[in-house]
This record gives sequence, structure tokens and C-alpha cells, in this order.
Amino acid sequence: MRQFLSEKVINLKPSGIRKFFDIVSEMKEAISLGVGEPDFDTPWHIRDEGIYSLERGKTFYTSNAGLKPLREEISNYLKRTQDLVYNPDNEIVVTVGGSEAIDIALRAVINPGDEVIIPQPSYVSYEPCAILADAKPVIINLKAENEFRLKPDELTSAITPKTKVLILPYPNNPTGAIMEENDLEEIAKIIIENDLLVLSDEIYSALTYKGKHISIAQIKGMQERTILINGFSKAYAMTGWRLGYACGPKEIISQMTKIHQFAIMCAPTTSQYAAVEALKKGDNDVEMMRKAYNQRRRFLLNAFKEMKLDCFEPYGAFYVFPCIKEFNMTSEEFATKLLMEEKVAVVPGTAFGDCGEGYLRISYAYSLENLKIAISRISNFVERLRKQA
Amino acid sequence: MTMRDELLSIIEKNSRIDFKELAILLGEKEETVFNEITNLQEEGIICGFHTLINWEKTSIEKVTALIEVKVTPQRGQGFDHIAERIYNYPEVKSVYLISGGYDLLATLEEKTLKEIANFVSDKLSTLDSVLSTATHFILKKYKDHGTIMNKIQKDEREVITP
Repeated sequence: MRQFLSEKVINLKPSGIRKFFDIVSEMKEAISLGVGEPDFDTPWHIRDEGIYSLERGKTFYTSNAGLKPLREEISNYLKRTQDLVYNPDNEIVVTVGGSEAIDIALRAVINPGDEVIIPQPSYVSYEPCAILADAKPVIINLKAENEFRLKPDELTSAITPKTKVLILPYPNNPTGAIMEENDLEEIAKIIIENDLLVLSDEIYSALTYKGKHISIAQIKGMQERTILINGFSKAYAMTGWRLGYACGPKEIISQMTKIHQFAIMCAPTTSQYAAVEALKKGDNDVEMMRKAYNQRRRFLLNAFKEMKLDCFEPYGAFYVFPCIKEFNMTSEEFATKLLMEEKVAVVPGTAFGDCGEGYLRISYAYSLENLKIAISRISNFVERLRKQA
Repeated sequence: MTMRDELLSIIEKNSRIDFKELAILLGEKEETVFNEITNLQEEGIICGFHTLINWEKTSIEKVTALIEVKVTPQRGQGFDHIAERIYNYPEVKSVYLISGGYDLLATLEEKTLKEIANFVSDKLSTLDSVLSTATHFILKKYKDHGTIMNKIQKDEREVITP
């Protein structure tokens, strides 16, 4: 028989997380700090609204771009939180999670051979999505000494005449890094000078611990060259509802909506009704969860300080990214050994790019009780390794 | 949310937490936290550190009743005086002044149904300003102090996700 598979797909590297997942899921008694989603249940009033929409028989397709009331609430939300103005009629598309938004944004703007700059460590889907869209991914290896922020010189040296898009993944998964206003201003200057487009993945925007999140779209001259991606998964603990959105110039959003229309039709209707409620009445829930994450973040940072494990202070998302280079092991070796000996699962930094080597992603989307047990095991492990050395 | 509000919301759920850990969670000095808790106690904002017990799971017999009480308020003292007459009984666990169809709501905890009946007929109904009472027995406690009884915590998430 013929080889039916696409070479492009065959050549895609499988997710680095998958392999580790298979080992962990075999170990029933392991404590996992490897999850990239909130531990909170979706707030009840939001779930209730989803249920209510089903009871009322709201079980049909919505318009391709998403329910009009939802687009209006998204527009209100961005205005009230980030002072950004997007027209709900033609500058917003509701997607199946932020993930779909990343995919269709790249497909909408890439011509074969265009270069997409991807700072790493970062979320696992940017590079494959870029490749599937026939772009050439250009990786920037971010540095711990810059707190994993994107620096102007790093960006400048990655730009070629073929560069079209910069993916800007902040607040960052896996490092927890953020970009502050002055960082963004420097980047914006280069973007405008080189006539580039920014794909700003702000899915963790509600979870920052050092002032309010700022979008690059807020920097002067940038809204017209930014596709802003956000969603409900992280802020409202709604991962399973699969709902996100993209906002940007109407020329781009209309082309993205075209792909979305042919590939997806529309985002899940029940989720869209629930999301309207989330945006209308969920601010307090978000704040309550943010406070809880921040307490855990402080707890972990303090614990690593006591262990004398090198870790920069992350101000966003729900991850810490400690450095384990002192042990002369790869991240994967360290994570595997930690799992085998202490039954704690963390994700090797290399799952998020080669430059994640020497680091671990530790999620604090877990109860404090859970974190305490895990930390005491990690502490034992680290002590033992140091004695052996 | 101020540090004080956040501190209260933490210890409302976990009164056993120590000063050191509280200080870490709040990003404050241990001394600051100690002083704040002392102040909160002196101001009568923190009134006690109790334990939430699901008595149904123990062998100890307990009957809880909610009693609606209609009273005549007294000149110069309103409801406070009669409320005090009621809440001074140690078997009365709580007393609230309520808007609506009746005035006071008292919860009563006793070992047996008979003891509750005796309390209502001998002590409560005979108070001068009490006009009438209605007693409701609690059959099952689903949720108390924001905590769902019998809730099994299970992490439904996949163990590793990107």
C-alpha cells in the first residue's frame, strides 16, 4: 500500500510531555505537579448558566464568529481590564480554546516560507502550528538572567527579511515570566520599524502578581499590528469548556473567521452561554483564585529558597521554573529520578524548548496541602543528591 | 483586598495555620502578621478558633433544631434583651435577629429530641416577651460554614498537561 501520511505531519516532533505522561500515569501513588490547568472547579454560577442554556434548548450552532452577546462582553472586558477597544461586530472571533486561535491566526497570515519568531521556553503548540501553516519557525532562546523576558537585542538578531510574525507568549507558560510596560515598549519599537505582526498569547493575563497585565496591543501603534489571543480556561477555570477568542484588525479577523467557519463552524454553544455569565459576573471569582495562586506562589518560592534551589521570581501564570543545573543531570533525568524515588511528577523544562534544559516546570495549580507534601519530598530528594555529590 | 482581609479569608478556612506560614503566604513579616492577629482579637473581629465537626459520623448523639421565635420587643432595649435571655442558655448555639415572618432564629443542640421539646416548652415559651415558637429539626447537614460535608476530593485532571 502507498504511504498515505503527510510528510509534514510525520516530521512534526511529538510533544515532549507525552513521553513523561505515559510514565506518570502508570504510577498511581505519585503526586503530580505537572498539570497546566487550574485545580478549581468552574465557579458554580457559570456552570449553572451552561446548564440553564441547555434546559432552554440552546443547542444549535451560533454565528460563526460566536454569540453576539459574548463578543460584546469580550469587548467590554478588554475595555475595562486593558483599556482596549475592539468592535464586537468584526474585530473578535470566538474560538475553541486559545489553541484554535493560535492555529487559525497563523494559517490566516502565513505564506509559505514566511518566518515566525517563537521565543522559548514556551507553550508546546506554537512551533508545530507554524510548521503546519508552512512557516519557518525561528526560535529565540530566552535567558534566565533576563527573567525569561524577551530582550530587544534578542529579537533584532532573529529578524530577517522573511520575518513576518512574532509570537509573544506572556504571562508565560512554563516560566511564569511577564513583560512589563517598558519591556513591551522596546519590543514594539522594533516591531514597527520592521513592519511585523505580533501574535500575543495572553491566556494567563488575569493571573499576574506584580501589577496588572499589560498587552502589547496597548502600546501606541501596536493594536493595528497585533492579534490578541485570550480565553476562559485559565482565568475562569474553564479548560474543559474549550473556549477562547482572538481580537485584531478586521481584515485579519475576517480571514481567521473564514478558516474557523470551514474547519469548526462555531465554538461550543453551551460554553458560549456560560462564558457570557463568566464575563458579566465572574470578576470576584477570578480575584479569589488569583489570591490563592499568589499565596501558593509565595509558598513555593520560599520553599525553594530554603532548599537553596536557584529560582527567579515569576510574576505570572501558575508556574515556577527552578534551575537544577547544579546537579549535573538533564531535566529529563532529574524529573525521572524524582518521580521514581520520591513519586513527585514535574515537567522537564525541555518539553517547552531546548533552552528549557536545566530547568523544571512546577505547577502550583494544586492545594497547599498537596504542595506541602510534594515540597517535602523534593527537599529530601535534593538533599540526598547533594550528599551524593 | 487588604492584607487584613486576605489574612481573615485564609484563617477563616484554616485556623491551625501558624504565623510563619501565614507570613509566607501573605508576603509579610512574621511579626506583622502576629501583631495584626493580636489586633483583630482585641477588636473582637476574631472571636474564636473553632473546629468544624461532622457529628453525624461520630457515635455521639446530637439533635439540632432551628427555632423561629416571635417576640414583643421591649421599650428601650428592642430585641437585645430578649435575645440575651435566650443566648445565655449554653445549649443554644446561635441566635440571630431576622427580618421577615418572625424575629429571632435560635439553633439548639441537645442529646435527645425530648430535651429540645423540654427546652422549648419549659424555658423558651414561658419567657414573657415570647409570643410564639416554631421548631424545625435538622435531618441532615449538607453544607456548613462553606464546607460541603461528605465531599470527596478527587483530582479529575490528567496527571501531566502542557
